[in-house]
Amino acid sequence: MRLIRFWIALILTAGLIFLLDIQLPSGGSKTPRLGMFLSPQKGFWQNAESVNFVYNENIKLDGLKGATEVYFDERLVPHVYAENDLDAFYVQGFLHAKFRLWQMEFQTHAAGGRLSEILGPKSGETDFLGIDVFFRRLGMVYAAEESEKELAKDAETKQVMDAYTAGVNAFIKQLRPEQYPLEYKLLNYKPEAWSNLKTLLFLKYMSFDLAGHEEDFEHTKAMELFSKEEFNQLYPYGSDSLDPIFPGKNLIASAGFKFRTPEAVDSQYFQFSKLIEADTTIVPDKDNGSNNWAVAGSKTASGRPILCNDPHLGLNLPSLWYEIQLSTPNFNSYGVSFPGAPAVIIGFNDNAAWGFTNAMRDVRDYYEIEFKDSSKQNYLYNDHWFKTNFRNEVIKRKGMPDTTIVLPMTVWGPVMFDDSHPDKNGTGKAWACRWKAHDAGVELKTFIGLDKAKDVSDYVTAIAHFKTPGQNMIFATKSGDIALKQQGEFPAKWYRQGDFLMPGKNDEYAWQGNVPDMDNYLMLNPERGFVSSGNQLPYDTTYPYYLGGSYPPFRGYLINRYLSEMQAVTPTDMMDLQKNNFNVVAEWARPKMLELIKKDNLSDSQKRYLDLFAEWNLRNEKSEKGATVFKCWWDSLSREVFADELSEPGLPWPETSTLLDALLRNTEYVFVDNINTENAFEEWGDVLTASFQKAAKTIAALEKDDNLSWGKYKNSGIRHLLRLEALSRLHLNSNGGENMINALKQYHGPSWKMVVELTDETEAYGIYPGGQSGNPGSKFYDSFITDFIDGKYYKLEITPKDNMTKKKHLGKIVFQPA
Amino acid sequence: MKFFTALLLTAFLGYVFPLFSFMPWWAFALSSLLVAIVVHQKGFRAFLSGFLGVFLLWLLYAIVINTKNDGILAFKIAQILPLGGSTGMLIFLSAFVGGLVSGMAALTGSYIRTIR
Repeated sequence: MRLIRFWIALILTAGLIFLLDIQLPSGGSKTPRLGMFLSPQKGFWQNAESVNFVYNENIKLDGLKGATEVYFDERLVPHVYAENDLDAFYVQGFLHAKFRLWQMEFQTHAAGGRLSEILGPKSGETDFLGIDVFFRRLGMVYAAEESEKELAKDAETKQVMDAYTAGVNAFIKQLRPEQYPLEYKLLNYKPEAWSNLKTLLFLKYMSFDLAGHEEDFEHTKAMELFSKEEFNQLYPYGSDSLDPIFPGKNLIASAGFKFRTPEAVDSQYFQFSKLIEADTTIVPDKDNGSNNWAVAGSKTASGRPILCNDPHLGLNLPSLWYEIQLSTPNFNSYGVSFPGAPAVIIGFNDNAAWGFTNAMRDVRDYYEIEFKDSSKQNYLYNDHWFKTNFRNEVIKRKGMPDTTIVLPMTVWGPVMFDDSHPDKNGTGKAWACRWKAHDAGVELKTFIGLDKAKDVSDYVTAIAHFKTPGQNMIFATKSGDIALKQQGEFPAKWYRQGDFLMPGKNDEYAWQGNVPDMDNYLMLNPERGFVSSGNQLPYDTTYPYYLGGSYPPFRGYLINRYLSEMQAVTPTDMMDLQKNNFNVVAEWARPKMLELIKKDNLSDSQKRYLDLFAEWNLRNEKSEKGATVFKCWWDSLSREVFADELSEPGLPWPETSTLLDALLRNTEYVFVDNINTENAFEEWGDVLTASFQKAAKTIAALEKDDNLSWGKYKNSGIRHLLRLEALSRLHLNSNGGENMINALKQYHGPSWKMVVELTDETEAYGIYPGGQSGNPGSKFYDSFITDFIDGKYYKLEITPKDNMTKKKHLGKIVFQPA
Repeated sequence: MKFFTALLLTAFLGYVFPLFSFMPWWAFALSSLLVAIVVHQKGFRAFLSGFLGVFLLWLLYAIVINTKNDGILAFKIAQILPLGGSTGMLIFLSAFVGGLVSGMAALTGSYIRTIR
């Protein structure tokens, strides 16, 4: 009896511990190990950082050469003072890991197709295995490995990466389980060692985000449905060349560069007959754009250049950016860095400032592969059977056995779609992906070079290393120079090459080399007194190479319109310009919309909404209701015009500029007619009225819930990478939106805003919507967000060490060689 | 007297054992069991002193951390778990889980002594 009750108690105790020690299923996902998670000594409580914490430490580490001191200022920005360059990058790696380890690893797990390993093949609604398969088949790991081979040939850059990696690993090594970042405890896994390959994977992820966009399958499908004339009216080339980045150039291809356009291009290429739908698992945001501009001293109050940059990306917590000052006897640089990579990426040094916007060029195409048989061992290319190489991509799945993708590799690149990973329509065909990011490059060299750049020639040398993702690289110096170049390695394409799926059985449709670098123009100190870019078309359509891609024209146009009028510019003016919410689409469209709508057909409440729009100040400020009316009406109009013709899924939706252009200039735009009404022929007045009446229903519903003001309608938020609401900052009432200079959309927008005036003593300002700590239990996790939404900036300063000791700071870490 | 001795010992060792990084979170269950063997009490009293020892320890520990943290993290976790954002519930739940494991271990310890 006594023995039995002992055994019962023992089994109950062990069972209780067991249950608390495993992850229990909960609504499609899993709980943390509750016992561990709730333990104040081991679990999440350990991540709840004291709000008065002081970061004082003395750390001895292997691999350091000299002493490095790090002071944290009041915003937790580290100011790193190293005795040599490599120590600075080592300590940067350590600090990235100290404050952002989980994010760094998670981002590279995503890039390398390893999410199933930590999240399971499926969690809640998300198919992580599908995402992993997508990135593996896109050849992300292959691309990173190719770059690692290239890195091995560049001793100088490799040393920097090695030092950085050693710094990250030095932190990981001394990390005790109870100190693991919160997300590891939530998901129940451990950090692994960092490597140069992980840094390269992260950079490839940025390439995917910025140079991974294409609509080749969608365009091919559209080609099947429309005549050439219709196609060009839906997806025109160059009609958006409102105000190119490099205007008024005498545009001829460099001597010696000649295209061979395939002979049968009209009969073969422009008339594909099969319907194909893309695997749309992951599509980078079309609006991964940015603004940058630099104003020459001739236009500023101080007589010195001012450089501005705000890169638009998906806004997450922890933030993509980490602010830092790096100081060594060789250089001082300040700005934002990528947790996961060394160097300051966007920022300034003692002599110059620099920034980036995305070039938006299409550098990802598909080629049809003809395999000899189902074994895929050989494929046809230039009349020969080539041997296929295979990559084994092993995907670990949490709680399940591993799965392996055997990825066929061809002269084009990895075969993304075939019978084992079919496109949605199951054509049975195989499509290889040719992507510029597969070509090895040492992009990091550019940033390391810019951190130390003193003049325009240093800038030109530094950026020459940059291949993908192509960027509009802006630069300004204290000596008064301003410069802009669209830098990258771009395939030289003939008209519409790569807009559609291409035949791959020979090299006829292959990319024929790269655009010669001298045809990527460098704009230096132009007469108009400024250089700028907002992701618009870089050149007009007389540029001798085809500029496939998607180019939003409006921000670039607006920036130029304002800058050309401005004189005696101050940094405050520039901050105001970055915060400008003027809606130029509405400015142009409104007169026409109000003129053509049939007001007699509107009810009283609809007329009231129309008045809101008519009286609106054309600014997408958070309190404006007219902005919401315009957005609802415009979206409804776009549907009214195109939805009948584009009813099939998987077709590209026409750009805002296409609809606007048609509304303003084409009274007989063929798509205005509703093809589903047999007798009537609709005109602009009809579709404008019908679309407004439909939009009015949405508007009425918004008004009822008191959500009609722009900020409430847009409902901005900064989401945690795991999309956990509690770790996100949601429902931020904010200004701005798509096609405005202030490009803050719902979950996407300025990820870092910077204004640098290059006076003798640099006057710089900046802010990003996040916080320096990646720990949700730290008060620095989201400490910049409120100020960001309020339009505030922080002063940025390359602070000399002596001043730092006098200033109020949050602690000091001294690193020394072990 | 035995009750308080057991309670204090349970709390003290329940704090010390998991301090070592190689020890799992439930290391205190071992110490609570040991305490119940050494300081023998009848079943219910052993359970109660074992329970209260770690319950009070974790309660106090969580309250101290939470106060220093201004409740930033607990509020977020109390939404994830989900406890409707109640940090009080989260602190209580943490302490209760620790206490229950400890109490059960102590009960087991008390029964070991009665076998012989």
